[in-house]
Amino acid sequence: MSGTINFELDGSPAEAAPGESIWQVAARLGTTLPHLCHSEETGYRADGNCRACMVEIDGERVLAPSCRRQPEAGMVVKTASERATRSRAMVMELLLADQPARGETHDPGSLFWHWAETQGVQSSRFPRRRTSPEGDNSHPAMQVNLDACIQCNLCVQACREVQVNDVIAMAGRGAAAHIAFDFDDSMGESHCVGCGECVRVCPTGALLPASGVIQADRQVNSVCPYCGVGCQLTFHIKDERIVGVDGRDGPANHGRLCVKGRFGFDYIHSPERLTTPLIRRDGVTKDDVAIDPANPLTHFREASWEEALAHAANGLVKIRDNNGKQSLAGFGSAKGSNEEAYLFQKLVRTGFGSNNVDHCTRLCHASSVAALMQTIGSGAVTAPFTDALAADVILVIGCNPPVNHPVAATYFKQAVKNGAKLIVIDPDGAALKQYATWMLNLWPATDVALLNAMLHVIIEENLVDHDFITARTDDFAELSAHIKAFPPEAMAEVTGVAAENIRAAARAFATAERAMIFWGMGISQHIHGTDNARCLISLCLATGQIGRPGTGLHPLRGQNNVQGASDAGLIPMVYPDYQAVNDPAAQARFEELWQTKLDPEPGLTVVEITDAIHQGDIRGLYIMGENPAMSDPNLNHARTALAKLEHLVVQDIFLTETACFADVVLPASAWPEKDGTVTNSNRQVQLGRQALQPPGDARQDLWIIEQIARGMGLDWDHGGAREVFREMREAMNSIHGMSWHRLDKEDAITYPCLHEGDPGEAVIFGERFPTDDGRGKFVPCDIVHPDELPDETYPMVLLTGRLLEHWHTGAMTRRAPVLDRLEPEAVAHLAPADLDRLGLAAGDRIHVQSRRGEIELTARLDVGVQPGSLFIPFCFAEAAANLLTNAALDPDGKIAEVKYCAVKITAA
Amino acid sequence: MPSRGRSEAAEHKLGPPPGKNRSRGNFTMRGRQSNAADVSEVRRIIGDEVLDRSLLLEYLHRIQDAAGCLRHRHLAALVDCMRLSLAEVYEVATFYHRFEVVDDDAAALAPAVHVCDGLPCQMAGADKIAAELEKELEGKVRIIRGACMGRCDCAPVAAVATEYLPHADAKAVQATLSAPGAPEIITPAIDFDRYQADGGYNLLRQCMAGKHQKQQIIGELEESGLRGLGGAGFPTGRKWGLVAAEPGPRILAVNGDESEPGTFKDRHYLERDPHRFIEGMLLAAWAVDAAEIYLYLRDEYPHLRALLRKEFAKVAAAGLSTMPVNMRRGAGAYICGEESAMLESIEGKRGLPRQRPPFPSQAGLFGRPTLINNIETLYWARDAINAGSAWPNMRSFSVSGRVREPGVKRVPAGISARALIEDHCGGMAEGHELAAFLPGGASGGILPASLADEPMDFGTLEAHGGLIGSAALIVLSQQDDIAAVVGNLMRFFAHESCGQCTPCRVGTEKAVAMLNAGDDASDGVLFSDLADVMADASICGLGHAAANPLRCALRHFPGAIA
Repeated sequence: MSGTINFELDGSPAEAAPGESIWQVAARLGTTLPHLCHSEETGYRADGNCRACMVEIDGERVLAPSCRRQPEAGMVVKTASERATRSRAMVMELLLADQPARGETHDPGSLFWHWAETQGVQSSRFPRRRTSPEGDNSHPAMQVNLDACIQCNLCVQACREVQVNDVIAMAGRGAAAHIAFDFDDSMGESHCVGCGECVRVCPTGALLPASGVIQADRQVNSVCPYCGVGCQLTFHIKDERIVGVDGRDGPANHGRLCVKGRFGFDYIHSPERLTTPLIRRDGVTKDDVAIDPANPLTHFREASWEEALAHAANGLVKIRDNNGKQSLAGFGSAKGSNEEAYLFQKLVRTGFGSNNVDHCTRLCHASSVAALMQTIGSGAVTAPFTDALAADVILVIGCNPPVNHPVAATYFKQAVKNGAKLIVIDPDGAALKQYATWMLNLWPATDVALLNAMLHVIIEENLVDHDFITARTDDFAELSAHIKAFPPEAMAEVTGVAAENIRAAARAFATAERAMIFWGMGISQHIHGTDNARCLISLCLATGQIGRPGTGLHPLRGQNNVQGASDAGLIPMVYPDYQAVNDPAAQARFEELWQTKLDPEPGLTVVEITDAIHQGDIRGLYIMGENPAMSDPNLNHARTALAKLEHLVVQDIFLTETACFADVVLPASAWPEKDGTVTNSNRQVQLGRQALQPPGDARQDLWIIEQIARGMGLDWDHGGAREVFREMREAMNSIHGMSWHRLDKEDAITYPCLHEGDPGEAVIFGERFPTDDGRGKFVPCDIVHPDELPDETYPMVLLTGRLLEHWHTGAMTRRAPVLDRLEPEAVAHLAPADLDRLGLAAGDRIHVQSRRGEIELTARLDVGVQPGSLFIPFCFAEAAANLLTNAALDPDGKIAEVKYCAVKITAA
Repeated sequence: MPSRGRSEAAEHKLGPPPGKNRSRGNFTMRGRQSNAADVSEVRRIIGDEVLDRSLLLEYLHRIQDAAGCLRHRHLAALVDCMRLSLAEVYEVATFYHRFEVVDDDAAALAPAVHVCDGLPCQMAGADKIAAELEKELEGKVRIIRGACMGRCDCAPVAAVATEYLPHADAKAVQATLSAPGAPEIITPAIDFDRYQADGGYNLLRQCMAGKHQKQQIIGELEESGLRGLGGAGFPTGRKWGLVAAEPGPRILAVNGDESEPGTFKDRHYLERDPHRFIEGMLLAAWAVDAAEIYLYLRDEYPHLRALLRKEFAKVAAAGLSTMPVNMRRGAGAYICGEESAMLESIEGKRGLPRQRPPFPSQAGLFGRPTLINNIETLYWARDAINAGSAWPNMRSFSVSGRVREPGVKRVPAGISARALIEDHCGGMAEGHELAAFLPGGASGGILPASLADEPMDFGTLEAHGGLIGSAALIVLSQQDDIAAVVGNLMRFFAHESCGQCTPCRVGTEKAVAMLNAGDDASDGVLFSDLADVMADASICGLGHAAANPLRCALRHFPGAIA
């Protein structure tokens, strides 16, 4: 081993690798020294403050903390000397003096008690301190018992260095040093975002889940069901219920989770789970949807699987046979597995006979993908979000990662703490404000103007990468000429961002050794969403910031499997792996694979399907795990379409708002109840393992899809997820090299993974782009105004999005009690100035109205919101933001402009 | 509804939403938020300069100076201005004893009277003053017992705002409360002109003019045998050489956080002859080619802060200093006298000692190689360099306690306590007989009169469980109760422990609790075990030294505590 350090440990020669601590060497050689403040979890550093691991080093006056000290050549270390042993036990005795009595300890199995008892310390001779801190149960997810706190700082490290949520302080000093949340506020009233990282590492039980310590019967490793970050986790199961979740050391999360992943797992045990197939009662119209999901039998009747499946399939067959193949459509789901997505699109393409299959990617990154495909020939990210740690400049635009991609955000914040510069471009972006080097609060929907101005600076000041442009790109001259019309001074008037700040950000991005762009729905959900993304791509191409570690383009994916569902072909214009349906070669390939004739015409997208229903062109719809009655723009229009359908089959785990319109409801399996793969934002394919059986008579989604297929005359017998995945490998070159066996062993494999043993490529396009000629393309963009601008009647701009605690339409998270307690009520975020102007106070009920709908909800004061605009999360069914939104589409991505419409507000 | 122009559909009334919790949500964003009025007020107080993270203590001082205390709303506004987290600001503000963090809805604070709780002041009757003030001014003032104020030659000392009252009594305190004086302005006995007239700054001028090699100057200093007079006694020339050999940019950090109880020599020299120190400082900066100078001065010396500002300006005007001296104001933390804790404090953080390696000479302030010298060390640098090997081995003792003439005594190193008392301090005070002495302030242990003839220098007292440290001799007599002395010292260490490591944080607190419990809990074995773990396993010298009073009491004064 090069650089090995030879020293003596307890009388025997020992070798240490560079950087290895005495503690680590000793542990490796079989002696685990006591440790409290030192966590072995990835991302934690040995702090050396508890002094529980002291060892004696010859020639040194005092003992040394083995967790921090690294061996030096010739060093003689004694872990078991009388002096060291006594000292370690004394440290435990000192700490034990103030602990709750053994019988009353909050966590009887804590690391603290383990190490005290291992060393024979059962009691303390020291006087107990007179007063003990009181417990704090103010947070729905966690309990705080500072009477057990030993000031080891691990929670401070967890909160400040690992998750970088910056809530926990070590306040005071000396014996008065204590854990504080913000300004000694209760945990529930503090900025705490509930990630639970502190609970994960606390060695004493001072910080515990609110539910306390529950001894699990068994553990199952899987992946988080919520966002596109793809955190690996472990379900802890007792009596066939999930009782806890821990992060695992996956490539995307390194043990971290957010509040949803850690504390939002119990939706699967909700009494509202669907457990029996349901058929709409005769005589109950589709317009009658006032159904309590807890008691659907007012409108539905229970049915056997046999009857329900027959009813579902027959309804689809009837329409197909009577009205033609184009009269059916299917919405798959980005919440399901890759295998489910694959099988679903295969069903539509081979069973329905059209390409009318889409899913929520349409409302997510369809425009980003359109721009990426057009310019660099590939729709996925070019580098993982963990590469932020390798970047010198990070540009975050049109997204709010601490809220929507919390664990990815930890890397951005860590990068800043390590010295990287952060550019935040967003109308709000308050969650990252503290970390931003440049905070460009542009006016909503002025991204193209701002990005063109940045390109103007970069080109005008000759900060471009000429070699890269020459070697790797086309049409730079067009961009150069076009961009002249966008000087920062003029664009400052359009965007509201000072020219100097535009210049500074542009220079920083262009001149960085490594710069990387992250974006979200703020870029994509506009009628000019594709243009927005094109500008971002031009930024990277002009400066050569792509194809190397710490550089590139990363559209942060929303759903846990939106990347995988798209890859698997849940898109109307492409087969799996983005092979165009109107490409004869691709069509031939799939006709061969699926042994059937395929429709060469691209199908309809989500919003187009809604319109087609209204026009009577589509009459039957099969929806697996999507909730368009909440997630689609202009909901009155979308819901009317659902009500108008002749036949609607909904397969889900709850009676969602969409299921209320169904003819047949098929009870499906939740993520922890199934095996399957999902693909995260980083192109990492990860394996989820079944932890529990679905409740009642709920069934595996793969089985349900297959039964529908059989009911429609297809002779299917795919088997389980493993077998479906095997077929997918034949259909998709990008994952051809991935075996189920390897996924089971490694838990995550990055694609492209072209052949067996291919390690996969995290950073792509170092040499060429997957375009016909291998070159990237600049596409100049003009300013396009939003479809619906504010006017006298509707003077405010409405932006929609998500809350940290509630996933998408809230179907899962609002049924997770902890999350429901954290965010129980529909709110609209308003700037203080607007509240004042309207004579409203925070907490007042308000009425918000657009040309399409109206809702009533509570005003929340938010200094991050720009005056003249408001933000409403779309997760609350009682005040669905999408009743207000505009369904106008981006011409290329067919994505609706749900990030911008005009509304008016009055007191309710 | 007619106003919904494009809406073509009736609304579909849904059933109850999935969320079952019927409580209200938050009406504002999560956690404490600052408001615009507070932000502009804080901005006005701290000025509109570009805010520097390392100046957090300075901004807290400015806010407290302007507002009388640190209200939560002001702290939250500062967080907003500095784009820090609440946690980061709060833990710094609550770490330093001079900062008073107050709830927004708490009543205005009564004026504070700080009564020194240092051992010499306690021996001189500080407890009595505090008790009298409590009785006479009950509720009208807050009596705060604080750590040594560095004026032990004038014990007892009390302070009202920035006015420090020597030989204080309750009456003087009340007079000051009712008629506060102007900030103290002192004119040094040896001012800039006088210092120059006596040959001052010649050496620096020569160095700046290139007449000396840096290595040569460092060599002369090594020859002189000058050692770190903050207490550690590390050879100064060697230290300069070590730092000079590190890659630049390098920094000079001057430790002016004189706070070892009983020590007041730095103050003494600065008040009288500040330019000797300034020249030493500039010589050090020149010798190690420092890019920046930081001077950390304890908050209890406001008059010196003003004095040095004024004198630095003269030096700069005379072209003797090419770089600004960044003055940093401590905020009441003994631990910041520990060099690495001082670095943390200069960086605007809590004063937590750093663990070594790396050493500050390699990675110190802002991670750069840093030369750290005490004020007195630099004070003698010019003379030591000039004298070279002929430099006499002298020591400046701060003498306090039961002697007739307390004060700073510059005497040959190795002098015995008895000789120092008899020959330089006019002997014991009236009615007092030498019973014991503390050779190095609170940290140096307690030795009995039987050891008063031992030489006092670096390394000479360790065999007896003592050490000279910063050379603060506190003289005890037959009237002083050793248990009370140990109690005072352990209370001091518990008060000043930074709280980072278990042995010191919990150990000092348990020691105080055991001492307070009196005979019932007296357990020599436990005291001894406690002293061992503090001395063996603490991170820094504070925890190590905190064992000394216990060990000395057990060893030299049987029965005193156990």
